[in-house]
Amino acid sequence: MEHEIPESLALMLETVRRFVKQDLEPISKQVEDEDRIPDNIVQTMRDLGLFGLSIPEQYGGLGIGVLGECMVYEELSRANACFRTRIGTNNGIGSQGIVIDGTEEQKGHYLPRLASGEWIGVFALTEPEAGSDAANIQTTAEKRGDFWMLNGRKHFITNGDIADLATVFAVTNKTEKAKGGITAFLVEKTFPGFYVGAIERKMGMRGSHTCELLFDDCQVPAENVIGGLSMVGKGFKTAMKVLDKGRLTMGASALGSAQRLLELSLDYARQRVQFGRPIGEFQAIQFMLADMATQIYAGRRMLYHAATLRDRKGTAVVKEASMVKLFCTEMANRIADMAVQIHGGMGYMKDFPVERFYRDLRLTRIYEGTSEIQRLVIARELLKGK
Amino acid sequence: MKIIVCLKQVPDTETQIKIAPGGEKIVTDDIKWVMNPYDEFGVEEALRLKEKFGGDVTVIGMGPKRVTESIRTALAMGADKGILISDAALEGSDSLGTAKALAAVIKGLQFDIIFTGQRGIDEDQGLTGACIADLLGIPQVSLAVKLEVAADGKSVKVNRPVEGQTLVVEAQLPVLITTQKGLNEPRYASLPGIMKAKKKPLEEKALKDLGLDPAEVGLGGRKLKIIKITPPPARAEGKIVQGETPQDKATELARLLHEEAKLI
Repeated sequence: MEHEIPESLALMLETVRRFVKQDLEPISKQVEDEDRIPDNIVQTMRDLGLFGLSIPEQYGGLGIGVLGECMVYEELSRANACFRTRIGTNNGIGSQGIVIDGTEEQKGHYLPRLASGEWIGVFALTEPEAGSDAANIQTTAEKRGDFWMLNGRKHFITNGDIADLATVFAVTNKTEKAKGGITAFLVEKTFPGFYVGAIERKMGMRGSHTCELLFDDCQVPAENVIGGLSMVGKGFKTAMKVLDKGRLTMGASALGSAQRLLELSLDYARQRVQFGRPIGEFQAIQFMLADMATQIYAGRRMLYHAATLRDRKGTAVVKEASMVKLFCTEMANRIADMAVQIHGGMGYMKDFPVERFYRDLRLTRIYEGTSEIQRLVIARELLKGK
Repeated sequence: MKIIVCLKQVPDTETQIKIAPGGEKIVTDDIKWVMNPYDEFGVEEALRLKEKFGGDVTVIGMGPKRVTESIRTALAMGADKGILISDAALEGSDSLGTAKALAAVIKGLQFDIIFTGQRGIDEDQGLTGACIADLLGIPQVSLAVKLEVAADGKSVKVNRPVEGQTLVVEAQLPVLITTQKGLNEPRYASLPGIMKAKKKPLEEKALKDLGLDPAEVGLGGRKLKIIKITPPPARAEGKIVQGETPQDKATELARLLHEEAKLI
């Protein structure tokens, strides 16, 4: 299967590459040091249309398909992972619940705001007691007249501090839980009882914040159940569908960073002289470079294949998506390790971007489904005969 | 306001240029082609004028089919209509031949301002804009770094740098202005703009549509002939200053800067 890139997508990638090179790469270190993306850069991201890549055209987005979205992420992740993360929730977990299961009204109301980047959408599933065991959430929602009352605490919420709209998962039936007791709600930041908690201190991914979201008798209008009242109790399925799509894009982000690390390593291997010659002439370094390039090649082929398959079928490619996330994120971590090794002491220094990629990439094996969860998904699909 | 922008497609500035056997051409196989950067300033300025005065922007490019990509980029930035002049008989035209073809198309259009880049970054001749203006019998103002169209839309004041000073030139419309760095910061072709560009009109014209004598254009019509292209001389290898102590090295460095580089 060949991955033909339509002319319009090729032009879009050209624009993104130029933006990354001219505007993002030069400020990647500044963003790391200041832990924030400058406002003018976010505005350019809005002007370019980056917040609406995956949102259908009739709702103000671009609807460029999963392959196109993945290719854009690859480019953005070359500079600093936080740029991808800033647009990532609007294109992914923060909007896809509405795109996949929302009512026509919800789509018309929320999606254009998310596509333009005027609003930031986030996904609030994870809780202190519910990580990989996502069904163990404790946040509750009780129906009281025209409102749902939400109570509970979410954490590790990407872009939570700047969220305008959160897709929040809460228990509506304690005995049913995942089988029919979890519901997905659309909660706006202005709803009474919605609070942003502490910003969490992370190992990396600076420039992108994750934080707690707190719900204290938070009043959510009755109709703000994703998909309407008939979808009460069906929220866990929505969550799984949303996460499934995100796996390919996570793979793409890791791949983009891995590609940059290979390029940085090649440059360094050519320039750094030890024992009277460039270290690239030593076999120990050559073998690492060869392994890096080979694994990136394999990962990219997998990703493009699975993304093309998903675009053609229009439905989930569960097994392949998990394989891509597992392989690309694990591979990118191995490459980051080799890149540090090739750079030696310099690779450990803050002056070089390599150590930042090394820390940032570590998260890709954990969030949106750990590597272990991906293996479980793959094995289950295999045993089902798929 | 009716604005026309002429654009050329040129090798990307980061391309490694290789000279083809024979020494008269470059190898074009692996070249990445982009819109001439000086023409981008023209597209941007045209869009700003359209935003201020209304009207429309037409971009005209000449060359093989691939030039469509650069026209599409201009459309994605916000231009309204594209015209590609493409014909095997036009290949190899010099600046005058190119100007004749562009002017032939422009004659059939309404226009107030025509923008061209002050030169193409490939052959650096800087002739096409002046030739078009001459063929159309309109004034030409070159090397614009700032321009101001009068509120009534009838004249334009253009700033152009002259030896560290600024010359302000006024011209009546219609006028041809050649653009250069400093005029503006060209916008990106936004992703939604690229989607919209797919639906914008892009017309293609061949030599027969231009009403030109084939003998005036293409290789046969050249008034200038390239005899030889030579690469810039290879950069001399760097020198590592030797010495036992930092003092020795510094002394040696100072001597080299004085005696060899003659910098101090």
